[in-house]
Amino acid sequence: MAERITMEEETVDKPESHAELEGRIAQWRGHLLARGAIEPADADELEDHLRNHVAALSDAGLTPEEAFLVAVKRIGQQEEVTREFAREHSDRLWKQLVASPVPGGRASIEARTEAWVVVGLAVIAALSLKIPELFGQRLDPDAEGGGSFYSRNLSFFVLPWLAAYFAWKRRLDRATCAWLAATFVAAAVIANAFPFRPQGSTELLAALHLPIALWLPVGIAYAGGRWSDPVERMNFVRFSGELAIYYVLIALGGGLLTGLTVGLFSFIGVDAEWFAQEWMLPCGAVGAFIVGAALVELKKSVVENMAPVLTRVFAPMFAALFVALLGTMAWTGNALSLERDVLIGFNLLLVLVLCLLLYALSARDSLARPNWFDGVLLVLVLCALALNAVLLAAMSARIAEYGSSANKLAALGENLILVSNLAGSAWICSQFMRGRRSFAAFERWQTAYLPVYSAWAGIVVIVFPPLFGFA
Amino acid sequence: MYNTSRYCAARRAFGARQSMNIGKDLVAASATPLVLAILAEGESYGYAILKRVAELSEGRLQWTDGMLYPVLHRLERLECIAGRWETPVTGRRRKYYRITDQGRAALALQRAQWQQVDATLRRVWLLAAEADG
Repeated sequence: MAERITMEEETVDKPESHAELEGRIAQWRGHLLARGAIEPADADELEDHLRNHVAALSDAGLTPEEAFLVAVKRIGQQEEVTREFAREHSDRLWKQLVASPVPGGRASIEARTEAWVVVGLAVIAALSLKIPELFGQRLDPDAEGGGSFYSRNLSFFVLPWLAAYFAWKRRLDRATCAWLAATFVAAAVIANAFPFRPQGSTELLAALHLPIALWLPVGIAYAGGRWSDPVERMNFVRFSGELAIYYVLIALGGGLLTGLTVGLFSFIGVDAEWFAQEWMLPCGAVGAFIVGAALVELKKSVVENMAPVLTRVFAPMFAALFVALLGTMAWTGNALSLERDVLIGFNLLLVLVLCLLLYALSARDSLARPNWFDGVLLVLVLCALALNAVLLAAMSARIAEYGSSANKLAALGENLILVSNLAGSAWICSQFMRGRRSFAAFERWQTAYLPVYSAWAGIVVIVFPPLFGFA
Repeated sequence: MYNTSRYCAARRAFGARQSMNIGKDLVAASATPLVLAILAEGESYGYAILKRVAELSEGRLQWTDGMLYPVLHRLERLECIAGRWETPVTGRRRKYYRITDQGRAALALQRAQWQQVDATLRRVWLLAAEADG
């Protein structure tokens, strides 16, 4: 015993024991902060308390380790303390998206710079939309002198700025930036140099597929040069879903603002409609993309992601719908009527199923065992494939004839791409359910498939117009 | 083995649990007047407040140290006390609290109420003692 006392007393002032104490205090503080209801300022206060107590106990003769243990015990169980904090600060349980970081800190300077960059890019995007009007282009295609310029070039008023935001945020290297810029320039040249016939279908196809094709460079910028990493690709999928939800929310607010602007000015006898139509709506629609993207970036770790929650709610409902539809078709013997847009309708259905699958996937713990929800997803995919197979069988006689126009060939190509993805997914999913493959295989399959969509869209933009004589 | 004698000395010095524990509810109820009264003596900070509580109660009134801070924050929100951060030139920042006028009024009210409770209890115990005797 006596030996031990001397040993302990020797260690009291040794630097390593001091470093160890610092380490344990830091660890304790980290655990406190991880619980959410306690903010850094509270942790500072509690840490000050802990240090005072440790110092006092050490002066009374305890070793730093003993003193630390006693002081921590006296502060109390972290759960209980946190519960008291949560009761007093219940507002903190509602995570604040626009929470301001501690003023003066490094984080606050960064946040301010980022806010300026985001606002700047949103303004640039809005201005870039208005500049062509100076040269006689009209935003409204039905207006006098209006043309298809804007529908062809819509992507270029949004996506390059979005890519620029991520290039700034991820500090992309020069070479990647140059490649991305070159891609956008090349795409712009193609979209505007092709001699499209007015009101032709290849022009419309190009306008529709350009954003899909150019979403890939945005993803490469988002991934910050690590696009080959499946984890980054999955993050980009998550980002895309959240951006869509944010965009809808911002659009709702923007619509309200525009309506009120027009309405309130009409009360004082001033016509503000031209302003709303020419400036507020178009500029807002473009700028909201950049702001929405920045919000998604900001809140990534703050709020539960919405897309997976919606997926969880709707995937079982859609699965039930498909089962009911297939059952009714089998029962009544009613065949699909092959109307003009049926293939496009089915493509949309497959896209929906794919989105449900992707967002269910994006929120899943990849190490968890298969559960009922994976079964629901499998049923959903199999039903969608069955429905699509019924459609393709009904069309089989006319497929050769069907593929004769640009529109139909594009729709058929998309259908095949989606079907192969879903078939692969169903195969991997069923193997996963039987425990033969890990869930990671599913994730790898989906992320590896991402460039295929953009590649096909690129083909539709670049190859189709010359192939079909720009008609 | 633990160095028992030294540990006990430390426990005594810092008022660790004695045999008579005051119940949780009573501790919670007395927290507000006690904190206000200690701050009425002068500006102070969390650790010093708890040390003062231990001194005043001779170690019999035991709080879980961490629970003091939510109480302080609640009183701050109710504007009974005001907090301010102070960062010494070398060292960590510390939050000091001082009582406000509103806090003094609250303290006076609490004091009257506790005296009322105390007087009632004294009376009933006196009667009980007389009945026994």
